[in-house]
Amino acid sequence: MPALPFAAWIERKAGKPFDFLRKVYSLNFSEPYHDPEICGKVLEAIRAEIDRPLRFMEVCGTHTVAIFRSGVRSLLPPEIVHVSGPGCPVCVTHEREVAAFLDIAGRSDVIVATFGDLMRVPGPKGANLKSMQAEGARISVVYSPFDALDLARRHPNSQIVFLGIGFETTAPTVAATVLMARQEGLKNFSVLPLHKLVPPALEALLAVEDLGVNAFMLPGHVSTIIGLKPYLFLAERHGLPGVVTGFEPLDILQALLIMIRQRKTDKPTIVNNYKRAVSDNGNPKARQIMNQVFDTTDALWRGIGLIPGSGLAMRPEFETFNAFSRLGLQLPEVPELPGCRCGDVLRGRIAPNQCPLFAKACTPANPIGPCMVSTEGSCAAYYKYSI
Amino acid sequence: MCLAVPMEITSLDGDIATVEVGGVTNQVRLDIVDRRPELGDYVIVHAGFALRCMDRAEGRETLRLFEEGLQLELL
Repeated sequence: MPALPFAAWIERKAGKPFDFLRKVYSLNFSEPYHDPEICGKVLEAIRAEIDRPLRFMEVCGTHTVAIFRSGVRSLLPPEIVHVSGPGCPVCVTHEREVAAFLDIAGRSDVIVATFGDLMRVPGPKGANLKSMQAEGARISVVYSPFDALDLARRHPNSQIVFLGIGFETTAPTVAATVLMARQEGLKNFSVLPLHKLVPPALEALLAVEDLGVNAFMLPGHVSTIIGLKPYLFLAERHGLPGVVTGFEPLDILQALLIMIRQRKTDKPTIVNNYKRAVSDNGNPKARQIMNQVFDTTDALWRGIGLIPGSGLAMRPEFETFNAFSRLGLQLPEVPELPGCRCGDVLRGRIAPNQCPLFAKACTPANPIGPCMVSTEGSCAAYYKYSI
Repeated sequence: MCLAVPMEITSLDGDIATVEVGGVTNQVRLDIVDRRPELGDYVIVHAGFALRCMDRAEGRETLRLFEEGLQLELL
């Protein structure tokens, strides 16, 4: 794979002196974090210090994309192997959950409000929200969950259902929206509660199989909410270092260098390398709002199955905002997608290009599995940046 | 999905703030942010909500610590 322009720039600049203070005190806040010269220094240190293979897993779709798009992946020494885990909420949404929201979209009394990345996720018989919209289903792509409240005000005779899909980053925004709806007394707004929690999924993955992973790159914006504590089991029970980090090239390179240095010590820990955005204690206010509306529940993950305590259900006092009970729905039974190996990709068992459908039957233009649909899916990232 | 962007607060009005980055202006809600931001603060924005005030001092400290860890000369 040819180095991308940014990567070439780092290589050319590596080793040259740079005006560190100017960058650190620059007015543009994120500028130093994609500065090629500083990145080059960290890359040099990685190359100098790595003394054994490092297979690291990231569990954030935004990291997946950042690692590819920045060109960092193409610069890493061969000892470092990058594996994507179950970090894309669209990708881990179970087939039965997809079937449920497609059922809802098919109802004439409903307007579905959703983030755009769910529009092309295929369900049973290849149907998706986009094709249903073309056939007349009322589906509205929103930027924020509270935009759905505006839909509810403008369409008092329709049920507005917001598709509550996402991790801990998104769930508090949906919870805050439910609180607004309750305060306003909106009777035609509900949420399909399908949110998922990252740490229980990591715990479940590590409990059932040897992932062959030496370290975790932990999601920056999920951690903004939950802080470091939920990850401590990685170090304490599994002896694996974890680094919470951001999404600029320097954040990613720094995280890798920390992993390399951690493995040389006997005491792996969870490190916060994204302190400008993540407090070690997370955001207690956001968690309080999330916990006011949602309670933890067991949830289905695509390719993994039922994971105890890994999802969020509506608390009984908010049952009136639960789309399942509002519409009298349950998760339908559906067959798995034939041939699709998204489940193995999400567990780090195979690389996307080891799936027999990859780049043949399954492409971004005609995706079969959700890992190819979502721009944050690892199959889509592989396809876009490797072919 | 968890994409979030640092944006600068340019005005405040109750639970809503106007934010800007690179010429793009937007409005965000302040319901879940960790503390009430002030004008000129950067906040991490996700799905129309500010998630957290960015900490400039911590950002600089991370860079400084790394610089020291790399044993490079500070100019």
